[in-house]
Parts: sequence; C-alpha cells; structure tokens
Amino acid sequence: MTKLISLISGLIFGLGLTISGMVNPEKVIGFLNIFREWDPSLIFVMMGAIIIFSPLYFIFKRKSRPIIAQFFVVPSRKDLDKNLIIGASLFGIGWGLVGLCPGPAISVLSFFKTEVYIFAVCMFIGFFIGNIFLTKKS
Amino acid sequence: MNIVNFTPVSAFVGGSLIGFAVFIFFIFNGRMAGVSNIASNALMQSTDRLDNFLFLFGLILGPIVYSIFNNEIVSNMTSSLVLIIIAGLLVGFGTNIGNGCTSGHGICGISRLSLRSIIATISFIITGVLTVFIFGA
Repeated sequence: MTKLISLISGLIFGLGLTISGMVNPEKVIGFLNIFREWDPSLIFVMMGAIIIFSPLYFIFKRKSRPIIAQFFVVPSRKDLDKNLIIGASLFGIGWGLVGLCPGPAISVLSFFKTEVYIFAVCMFIGFFIGNIFLTKKS
Repeated sequence: MNIVNFTPVSAFVGGSLIGFAVFIFFIFNGRMAGVSNIASNALMQSTDRLDNFLFLFGLILGPIVYSIFNNEIVSNMTSSLVLIIIAGLLVGFGTNIGNGCTSGHGICGISRLSLRSIIATISFIITGVLTVFIFGA
C-alpha cells in the first residue's frame, strides 16, 4: 500500500510543480534574478506548500505511527556542519546555472528533451560521487 | 529591480498541491518527501527502492496528466551543454552531501522548523542568486 501512496504523492507533487510553473527553468532563473528583473513566484510556491504541510505536520507527528508504514522517519540532526553549508551552497550554484533542482529535474523527463536527460544523468552521477565522498570522510 | 512574469495565484495553488503531496507521503508512509533523497536512495539503497521509484514515476506523470486537461506546458532551458553537465553534477553532489534540496530542506525542513534546513535554504538561495547575478539570466 505504501507503493500506491508513493505513486499518488509523486503525481500530486508533479502536478503542483507543473501548475506553479516550476518545471520551467527560465521561470526559476527569473526568481533568482533578484537584482535585475525579478519573478517572486517561487516564494509563493514555497509558502503554499509550507502553509499546508507545517500545521498538519505538528498536529500529526504526535501520533504513534503513520497510517500504513510502521514508523515515522524524520531527520533528527540538529548540528550545523560543514557538509550541510557547503553542499547547499554548491547545489545553489548548480541551480542558478540552469534553473533545475531535483524535483523539476525528474518531472521534466516527461518532455523528452535531450538536455534534461543529460542533466538528470549528471545529477545521478553527482549523487554517486557525493556518496563516495561521505563514505571516505567517515 | 523590476517585478516581471509574477504569477502568485498559480504559484500558490501549485505550492499547496505540493504541500498536500508531502503531507500524504508523511501521514501514510511516515516519510519526508525530499526529492534529492528519494532519487539518490532509489539509485543507491535497496530499502524502499520500489516506493522511491514509484514516487519518481509519479513526478514524471505530473506534467503528462496536466497536459491532458490543459494547454502546452512552458519549459525553456537555454543553457549550453557544458553548463548543463556542470550544473547537474553540482546539484547531485551538493544535495547529497547537504542532505536535501528545495523540497527536502525548503519545504519539508522549514515546515518542521528545522534550523539545519533553514540555514541550508538560505545558503542555496544566496549562491543561486549570486550565480544568476554573475552568469546572467
């Protein structure tokens, strides 16, 4: 059953990205282009998502377990480490270069354009290198 | 600074749908819908592999289902091939060692009021803005 929920959740997420225009790298770059011509839409996307999820999270996290799965898996780390800041900063550079972050990068695969497949393959190679980096450090 | 192409209503409606998707993933499956984590785990971890792939498949179905009921979807990416490759590597590596992306930190983490996610979100927005400022839009 968790599999059906995963599919439905992914689908609704993908619809949300499409309706909000976030599957358009040009529009995302427009948000990051604060100093010239700015398109603030992305703030409204994040606000919409947070306004819905945040209160529901705090109401339901007190439940002992989720409806289908055995337990909640929520990140518990609170420390601010170098990897977090460096990783997020490098991600931001990549995001600013072409206007794709991981969610939209997967959704745009539906458009069958070569560039987006190249981006996705490189992103997965990046995940892989990241894993090697983290394993070596620990 | 000029405000251009601003679409607050569709952005807010789409964002709310994303929030709802994150909520059902949490309340039924007990997990956080951070796409970079789901995608890298689909590739590199055997736990919940099918779940992760189905979530990604749903993300791909999103625009397809939307286009059944609506007009063409605008999606323009004008960057050169070299930039696309560098950007893809940076996005993959950065989100992996930084434990999250726009969804994992920006939406799920901020909703939980996680300090790590707030700091991560500020970091990637700052470097994203600087990158666009330097390389142009």
